[in-house]
Amino acid sequence: MLNIEIDGKQLTVEQGSTIMDVADAAGIYIPRFCYHKKLSVAANCRMCLVQVEKAPKPMPACATPVTEGMKVMTRSEAAIKAQKAVMEFLLINHPLDCPICDQGGECELQDLAVGYGAGASRYTEEKRVVFNKNIGPLINTDMTRCINCTRCVRFGQEIGGMMEMGQIGRGEHAEITTFIERSIDSELSGNIIDLCPVGALTSKPFRYSARAWELTTRPSVSPHDGLGANLSVQTKNNRVFRVLPRDNEEINECWLSDKDRFSYEGLNSPERLQRPMIKQSGEWRECDWPEALEFAVAGLMRVRDQQGAEQVGALATPHSTLEELYLLQKLVRGIGSGNVDHRLLQSDFSADSAMQGAPWLGMKIAELDQLNSVLIVGSTLRADHPLLAHRLRQAVKRGAELNLINPVDDDLLCRVANKSIVAPDAMVATLDQVRCALAGESVDAIAQAIAASLNQGERKAVLLGNLAQHHPRYAELHALAQQVAELSGAKFGFLGGAANSVGAYLAGAVPVTGGMNAAQMLDTPRHAYILLGVEADLDTYNPTKTLAALQAAQMVVVMSAYKGKAPDYAHVLLPVAPFTETSGTFVNTEGRAQSFNAVVKPLGETRPGWKVLRVLGNLMEVAGFDYDSAEQVRAEALNGDISVKLNNQLAGAALAAIICTNRGQGRSYTHGLQRIGEVPSYQADPIVRRATALQKTAAAALQGAWMNAETLSSVGVSEGADVSVSQGTDSVVLKALRDDLLPAGCVRVAAGHPATAMLGGMFDEIRVERAG
Amino acid sequence: MSDKVIFHSTHLPESWKLENYLKVDGYDALKKVLAEKMTPEAIIEQVKLSALRGRGGAGFPTGLKWSFMPKNYPGDKYLVCNTDEGEPGTFKDRDILRLNPHQLIEGMIIGGYTLGAKAGYNYIHGEIWAEYERFEEALDEARAAGLLGKNILGSGWDFDIHAHHGYGAYVCGEETALLESIEGKKGQPRFKPPFPASFGLYGKPTTINNTETLASIPYIVKHGGQKFLELGKPNNGGTKIFSVSGHVNNPGNFEIGMGTPFSELLAMAGGVKDGRKLKAVIPGGSSVPVLPGEIMMDLTMDYDSIAKAGSYLGAGSVIVMDDTVCMVRALERLSYFYFEESCGQCTPCREGTGWLYRVIHRIEHGQGRPEDLDLLESVAGNIMGRTICALGDAAAMPVQGMLKHFRNEFEHHIQHKKCMV
Repeated sequence: MLNIEIDGKQLTVEQGSTIMDVADAAGIYIPRFCYHKKLSVAANCRMCLVQVEKAPKPMPACATPVTEGMKVMTRSEAAIKAQKAVMEFLLINHPLDCPICDQGGECELQDLAVGYGAGASRYTEEKRVVFNKNIGPLINTDMTRCINCTRCVRFGQEIGGMMEMGQIGRGEHAEITTFIERSIDSELSGNIIDLCPVGALTSKPFRYSARAWELTTRPSVSPHDGLGANLSVQTKNNRVFRVLPRDNEEINECWLSDKDRFSYEGLNSPERLQRPMIKQSGEWRECDWPEALEFAVAGLMRVRDQQGAEQVGALATPHSTLEELYLLQKLVRGIGSGNVDHRLLQSDFSADSAMQGAPWLGMKIAELDQLNSVLIVGSTLRADHPLLAHRLRQAVKRGAELNLINPVDDDLLCRVANKSIVAPDAMVATLDQVRCALAGESVDAIAQAIAASLNQGERKAVLLGNLAQHHPRYAELHALAQQVAELSGAKFGFLGGAANSVGAYLAGAVPVTGGMNAAQMLDTPRHAYILLGVEADLDTYNPTKTLAALQAAQMVVVMSAYKGKAPDYAHVLLPVAPFTETSGTFVNTEGRAQSFNAVVKPLGETRPGWKVLRVLGNLMEVAGFDYDSAEQVRAEALNGDISVKLNNQLAGAALAAIICTNRGQGRSYTHGLQRIGEVPSYQADPIVRRATALQKTAAAALQGAWMNAETLSSVGVSEGADVSVSQGTDSVVLKALRDDLLPAGCVRVAAGHPATAMLGGMFDEIRVERAG
Repeated sequence: MSDKVIFHSTHLPESWKLENYLKVDGYDALKKVLAEKMTPEAIIEQVKLSALRGRGGAGFPTGLKWSFMPKNYPGDKYLVCNTDEGEPGTFKDRDILRLNPHQLIEGMIIGGYTLGAKAGYNYIHGEIWAEYERFEEALDEARAAGLLGKNILGSGWDFDIHAHHGYGAYVCGEETALLESIEGKKGQPRFKPPFPASFGLYGKPTTINNTETLASIPYIVKHGGQKFLELGKPNNGGTKIFSVSGHVNNPGNFEIGMGTPFSELLAMAGGVKDGRKLKAVIPGGSSVPVLPGEIMMDLTMDYDSIAKAGSYLGAGSVIVMDDTVCMVRALERLSYFYFEESCGQCTPCREGTGWLYRVIHRIEHGQGRPEDLDLLESVAGNIMGRTICALGDAAAMPVQGMLKHFRNEFEHHIQHKKCMV
């Protein structure tokens, strides 16, 4: 520890800190532009120049380490003179177009110019003009405003993992740009909007729509992936205008993924369902709530009374709130059915009986960046969990080894120590090999290397991604991963796919003994269904099968914020609120319950889901539905300590059985090809699907059917050709695309997409033929 | 014995060839170091004694700089030679490469030995291609003769030198920008600390010396620090190469003892061109303040004497101006250089150099305003000492020097919208 003095304040500070660090900690504000707590020090803006006793010239606080006895003056005449001089330099070429700048009112340059700028400029020469760049649908550029602080550049290098922006040119001609006309494609790109201290990088979807000071900011929680990013939702006139990160070091830090940031556009989609609708005599019509509810209740009760309660099934999206999920299962069980599930994309439920709790990350999110070694099984990590991927990248930067067993080899933007890229079916055998290696058996080199990696270091983990959880042999992957973790002393966890993947288990939105799971409800169609937030044509493992089951049912009650394709299979449409229009709770992948309130009033006749379910419960005369508030529902749903309900372990006997029964069994495919059908990030839930700007990004484009060269030639097509792709009866024409990193015998065709939804199961057999 | 340290053999034919360098006892210093197994401490001691100061412009004592290099560092260390000679008025290092490259190589090898470096890099200015090629040829000769590379002179010690040709950016002469450039990055100075001695090339401890500095090392090793010191004057040891340009009859490089009167140097360069009157001298390259001719005539050419007069010896680049020179026009040209060469990284230099140039350009073109001179002084003052590297100071000092000594010319320009000369 060192003793220093800043502005007369005596401080005891840690060796190795900078003046900026200790001043910030002591609440002494030093003006800055290029400095950012999460980025490396650049010291280029010079705004933080301060006077240091005995130093011949002013020193940049951000880059000057403290030394014993140092005396710093941040507000002395010399310091202020230096700071004002820098401000003058920053402003001479700045356009000062604040009246037409979106950053106006939340601009660091504008704010500091009030304190350090002069009333009039001494600069009368020509100003510099920098041409704007089109860097994609999310970020708008006004590069003349840029002050070259390079925060955006450093973000790409250090956090985003890809250097998408850089500074070219020298001196006054230096400018920030992308690499030769490229767009910004990082899944974390929107953060550079927040980082930009001026109006050079602003939000394209938000542009010119509101002034910062007109907006009301309310806290919320992201409804998308399992991270549960903390949001600041900004509204005006009862409409969401913008979403910004709310700092939470333990979850999203100060970042947001683009999905969390830009999905809000979907909330204002014209596809929003605004009034209840019923289908009578084959005709759809809008109606009031009582009529719609009575219609729904009558239909459900009729099925229950005539065909039996077990003929009612409930499917819910894990993007629903805890309260909704809890009331849904309570309602269904209240009328005598055990058929309720939220695992719509899962296909293998054979481990269900061995499960002992809600599967979760198995550790704190913040522990991810401290790992020494990690094995990821089955994940399109960057797309599914952009900020967890970022944390793992930071771990790798600190020396951690990242190991991967996956059917796709997408660039993780960091070093991957060992990877086994194999067909989905072969992942099981590979993981078994790792298990064998840890048990001391002799196995192939890659499994040996992964095992060796997991055997070293203190902090290690085995994590199952979305792809593993949707895998047709999920139970085996689960059992093997559990064993691998146990043998290596690693933590074992699941990367939660949705905002409430954990919460849905806690709420009981899973079948227990006697109840049917999602697949069973569709394999053995029910006469009545309640769908909560589900877009049946997109959100299930096999949409073809789902639609067939729904279309044959007598009563399908859809509770959704969007109409979508529901009129094709539903009988009642009940408009329920998205997360911004209801209070609710998401339990994120680390088992943290985060509650939130509505930030705007429900749109049109929309009602919060928990209230709709409460009324349904009352109308169906189910006991215990007399709630006055969402808090009451929440308390009942959570019922004490969450942590004791989190458990990734399969019970011993079943575990052994799963492994022994299936060991070494590969599946065979008549036509030789297996689909890799992961859900693209921007198709993963109903809100993001309708986020117009995100849908214009490169990541959202459905590109085609990817195969490696060997597979392409085996089906006799060349790269770029049109191919007819089919699984069941329906086929779709896609472009054949080449990705030599894919394993042979696999065709990567995105799921959850309107163009491919009719194909069938995400990892089932697939046929590819030359089109036409 | 010649009274020259570096250009002692350049009157001989093909002085750059290894065989000819060996004829004048070349590589004897290296042989002595290896044969006697001289300790690094002993070599540094001699360098300190010699009062050799960095010839790149800053004049930092070389022995002291070498002693900053961590001794027991477990990883690689590097020695870098800075031949990125880009300052207007400076053209000495190219002549070293051209005429006596082996002495530089010998100096670098001894430096590498002393500092425990794994390898040496010579960063050569982008605009001197022929000299770069000659240096590469000399490296090849040295390697073939067993003087460089693996197992040097049978000593069991390995050291190699790589030539790195730059791309012509002035700022890459700044040592940390130079390191960035070797690493393949945009040539932009790093902020310090950390200093290169702890975090240099590829993040490893690195010592960077100027070409002339390193080329002086063999002499010091061979003849001892005392002998070198005696060639100059206390605290300003050795000889120094002065590049004399501008209005003289015989421009060129002159290697003379430190402390030689300027008048003698001017005479060596043939005196002021066509016998005209000496108006002003920029004594150390375009970045240092100009001094009026009458002040210069009383000075000796060494760090301390020039500094006392308010300027710097710099790299010994003497730009002589006679009485036909318009100081406004001269400053406009200088300021344009710094405006063009600023790397753009930090604010005061990126924004300030353009501002200075534009105002001076206006004055030169008859659009000056009375308040411009105070503005120039203020802007130059606001750049000075506020930037990451010394380029900001280099842009500010010429302005400050000109306004200090020739303010009346600028005022005349503003008032009469034309030149007084």
